[in-house]
Amino acid sequence: MIETLMTNQTMLLEGLGETLYMTFFSALFAYVLGLPLGILLVVTDKKGLRPMPVLNAVLGWVINIGRSIPFIILMVAIIPFTRAIVGKAIGPTAAIVPLVVAAAPFVARMVETSLKEIDPGVVEAARTMGATHWQIIYKVLLPESIPSLVRGGSITTITLIGYSAMAGAVGGRGLGDIAIRYGYHRYQYDMMIITIVLLVILVQVIQSLFSLTAKLIDKRGR
Amino acid sequence: MIQVENLSKVFRGGEEVTALRHINLKVEPGDIYGIIGKSGAGKSTLLRCISLLETPTEGRILVEGADISRLRGRELIEMRKKVGVIFQGYNLLMQRTVRDNVAFPLELARMPKARRWARVEELLEVVGLSDKARAYPSQLSGGQKQRVAIARALANHPSILLCDEPTSALDSFTTRSILELLTDINRKMGVTVIIITHEISVVKAICNKVAVINEGSFIEQGNTREVFAHPASEITRLLLGETGGSIQ
Ligand SMILES: Nc1ncnc2c1ncn2[C@@H]1O[C@H](COP(=O)(O)OP(=O)(O)OP(=O)(O)O)[C@@H](O)[C@H]1O
Ligand SMILES: [Mg+2]
Repeated sequence: MIETLMTNQTMLLEGLGETLYMTFFSALFAYVLGLPLGILLVVTDKKGLRPMPVLNAVLGWVINIGRSIPFIILMVAIIPFTRAIVGKAIGPTAAIVPLVVAAAPFVARMVETSLKEIDPGVVEAARTMGATHWQIIYKVLLPESIPSLVRGGSITTITLIGYSAMAGAVGGRGLGDIAIRYGYHRYQYDMMIITIVLLVILVQVIQSLFSLTAKLIDKRGR
Repeated sequence: MIQVENLSKVFRGGEEVTALRHINLKVEPGDIYGIIGKSGAGKSTLLRCISLLETPTEGRILVEGADISRLRGRELIEMRKKVGVIFQGYNLLMQRTVRDNVAFPLELARMPKARRWARVEELLEVVGLSDKARAYPSQLSGGQKQRVAIARALANHPSILLCDEPTSALDSFTTRSILELLTDINRKMGVTVIIITHEISVVKAICNKVAVINEGSFIEQGNTREVFAHPASEITRLLLGETGGSIQ
């Protein structure tokens, strides 16, 4: 086992790097898309700042559809789209496209849940002080829900690590790719175990970092 | 002066609920006006109409002679800044310190930083919380939280302070200190106070005028002493505990 680890050190590190690369950028872009969508869901809700039932329902459907397509199928189905955006359909950079498409609706729901945890009374108080809708969004809803958003961020990131391993199976590279190529196709079980251990450690570290951050910034003190 | 004329509020959507029926109310500058009634009587709805969170179905709300109940957009937002509101649940921003909570309405009004902090200091002094400036709401007692809420509501120099059950979550000792603070603010700053409550003791302690509300209508109103000396309705007598019954 140790020997396998040593001889394949470079490849494993590269795989880890690729996994981190895919996870980081897909999480980033998933939030760039999902955060505004989540805010829009909350604002247009029937109890929101500006109720818009039709838009809210359409948005809800689109998000649900996005969330119900299995990732593997989504990844294959949008290959033309991926090619149009990054110019290729294989490799870690190409994998980011389907990862973002899969994670953005997930992030939108996560953000929605976080924002809806805020006491409506606090929003009401801000309204009595003459806050505009924008001010309520960026001075009340977002700052008050940051600890919860961070906790959601850890769920998103860890889900993306799992998805990125799947992406690895169809040319996305990363640790998942190594596990499948060596462990599954070539029966090198020690390689499979090493990659799995690496993934487990990665998930633990990320979870701890996010939890600690959320705990440090939350001023509600529990 | 605040004048409520023939105010009605009907909630539609699902079953129709008439929360307020033809309310008339005249609050003079300097009054501490109590509005008392049992749960579901329509107290909060009335206060929400006056604080411009709810649009009346019928009637007008005049402040200095101008109807404020149907303002929209910018005008609505500007008018809200002139009316301070405090709530039973305090409704503080949990992720902000005490001073940042008090600074919040000033921030909304885009007051420059230097003036903002000077004003915050002044306000914390008024409510006696200067030493808690950097604490977070979760580190305060209920009474202290309500003081922060009061400081925040006063930040933009409102001429009216609306209070929705401000002491209902507090013990009797803390209640008394909050009521003293409200009286102080009323006397020293000339802020007109409207206070909603279901506790007769609150009205007796600080209100010079009172209205009794039941099922969305005022059934009695006038000077506190007169109303309570000669209660004309069964509800008022119940509130005063004269029949030995309880309203809750
Ligand atoms: N948004 C709303 N939609 C429908 N009905 C409402 C709404 N808000 C209040 N009501 C109804 O209006 C009536 C008066 O409610 P309100 O909250 O004003 O009572 P209250 O006197 O403040 O009671 P409490 O002492 O329990 O706070 C109640 O029957 C209530 O169910
Ligand atoms: Mg109420």
